[in-house]
Amino acid sequence: MNRVTDSPPAAAPSRLAALRDWLAYRGFGSFVLLALVLLVVMPLMLDVFRLNLVGKYLTYAFVAIGLVMAWGYAGVLSLGQGVFFGLGGYCMAMFLKLEASDPVSTKIQSTPGIPDFMDWNQLKALPWFWKPFEHLPFAIAAVLIIPTALAFVIGFAMFKRRVGGVYFAIITQAIALILSVLIIGQQGYTGGVNGITDLKTMLGWDIRPDSAKIILYFVNAVLLLIAILFCRLVQTSKLGTLLLAMRDKEDRVRFSGYDVAMFKVFAFCLAALLSAIGGAMFTLQVGFMSPSFVGIVPSVEMVIYAAVGGRMSLVGAVYGTLLVNFGRTYFSESFPNLWLLLMAALYIGVVMAFPDGLAGLYESHVKPRLGSLLRRLGRSSRSRSTLGSP
Amino acid sequence: MSNTDFLLAVEDLSVSFDGFKAIDALNLYVDRGELRVVIGPNGAGKTTLLDLICGRTAASSGSIKFKNVEMTSMAEFRIVRAGIGRKFQTPSIYENLSVFQNLEVSFPRGRGVFGALAFRCTGDVRERVQEVAEEIGLAALLPTEAGLLSHGQKQWLEIGMLLMQDPELLMLDEPIAGMSVREREITAELLTKICQNRSMIVIEHDMEFVARIAHKVTVMHQGKILAEGPMDQVQNDPRVIDVYLGH
Repeated sequence: MNRVTDSPPAAAPSRLAALRDWLAYRGFGSFVLLALVLLVVMPLMLDVFRLNLVGKYLTYAFVAIGLVMAWGYAGVLSLGQGVFFGLGGYCMAMFLKLEASDPVSTKIQSTPGIPDFMDWNQLKALPWFWKPFEHLPFAIAAVLIIPTALAFVIGFAMFKRRVGGVYFAIITQAIALILSVLIIGQQGYTGGVNGITDLKTMLGWDIRPDSAKIILYFVNAVLLLIAILFCRLVQTSKLGTLLLAMRDKEDRVRFSGYDVAMFKVFAFCLAALLSAIGGAMFTLQVGFMSPSFVGIVPSVEMVIYAAVGGRMSLVGAVYGTLLVNFGRTYFSESFPNLWLLLMAALYIGVVMAFPDGLAGLYESHVKPRLGSLLRRLGRSSRSRSTLGSP
Repeated sequence: MSNTDFLLAVEDLSVSFDGFKAIDALNLYVDRGELRVVIGPNGAGKTTLLDLICGRTAASSGSIKFKNVEMTSMAEFRIVRAGIGRKFQTPSIYENLSVFQNLEVSFPRGRGVFGALAFRCTGDVRERVQEVAEEIGLAALLPTEAGLLSHGQKQWLEIGMLLMQDPELLMLDEPIAGMSVREREITAELLTKICQNRSMIVIEHDMEFVARIAHKVTVMHQGKILAEGPMDQVQNDPRVIDVYLGH
């Protein structure tokens, strides 16, 4: 028996088992697989146009994983994530727009040196709140801080007063509506319904050519993977345990000495921060930002991504986002009128039939079969090695 | 209001729900190391009293002083941190966590958002979990999922979760409801044991059990205190007999 385990072929099953255990450890396998798909498979398989499209979808995936944390883990359903996605996107767009509006390229305007839409709206000077966005460090800080701070204010005001569930969802939806109306109404300051367009360079680096798009895709994918790892860290910490515990036994957590409201505020702020990063990456990759990513409809769509992928699964949320968006691209080209209805049907169907989404289907149907396949593989190679030994 | 030597001093406490006075100008004093049992017919306001002390319900008027600190305007989690633990009537545990995790999560460290993020289960946490698990008789079941425990074991686990925080005042709402005779005996022993270095308020209906554990009994009726004293004295009080048996 000893001879058998010492011989090289017999080491295979144990190594296979070790690999299997390692991959099963805290869902690391699915993370590695996702990293391979995003960093190797997609770039090899797709042309630049489609890769850029995937990059755009992946910016929504930031929102989706944020929703996994807020909705799935903390039980805080926000129907206004577009607000944070939009704010992040606008902060980045403001910087890029100012760089694109140098006096030379805007010399035909009546006031050169200010963004074109301001000139069209008879503004004579750059508004004060636009000025600091001339600096990239400020813009990046604004991307990270402004949406998170807004989420903190909303969350603190709501959760300290024990507002939750449906009421919270409705309030976030109202905020999404308010912000999109505000952006559209204040044309001179925000670019109105067209948004902020014609973005060209970042610190002199042209973001429009294919080479830049490929680089931005990888930056985006790596940021997303880092975000997933961070969320995983939160999930496996005591904080994650408490978030889950709160969903079912909020009073028990409260009467164990925890400030339940602050835990919800944290989850909501984290979701907002992730959405904002997604929004900023969207602006960089797509080259514009507009109120159509802020309002109620995009916010609800983002919830659908998380629901389809599985609201308890970070990796699942990414696949859900990709799947729904590919579906949208395909169907909205073939049946433009049916798409919205189809989307609604998809959402209702998923929530009714597969509340845990794609990730839930994988856990209940694919994984057990995969497990037995791996075991059979291990067994057959072991029996082969036993036969082979003298 | 003057300071007292009592651990808990409830004075002139009232609360009304839509005009109905659930607690009516109630006074209650609990000594250090005392095990007080509160009895009374349904609707007497026993659970409401515990809700008021732990901050779950806001008082209409009156004062609740714990170690001479006013508690009535404090947030629930601060009251817990001050040293008041509350067990609910139905077992309230985290069903899909293991017994170990249930106790671990109740360990009073890393209670803030970032504290919880950085919390690590170090040796002292594991030691304390082991200690409490032995006290509540669940040491052999630490890896078991809490949802799989029997009703009695769930009740003990929740008591254990409170013990993790080492509260100076422990309030239990009908801890033996639904327990078997044997489980009741074990619980009585457990309560007597854990009362040695803290005060307790227990709501209970089972008179045999009350007689076994109580240092002093408070009888409540219609939001007021009807009688207070040792068990045999209270049991022979004609007003108490009237409330329980009369009409």
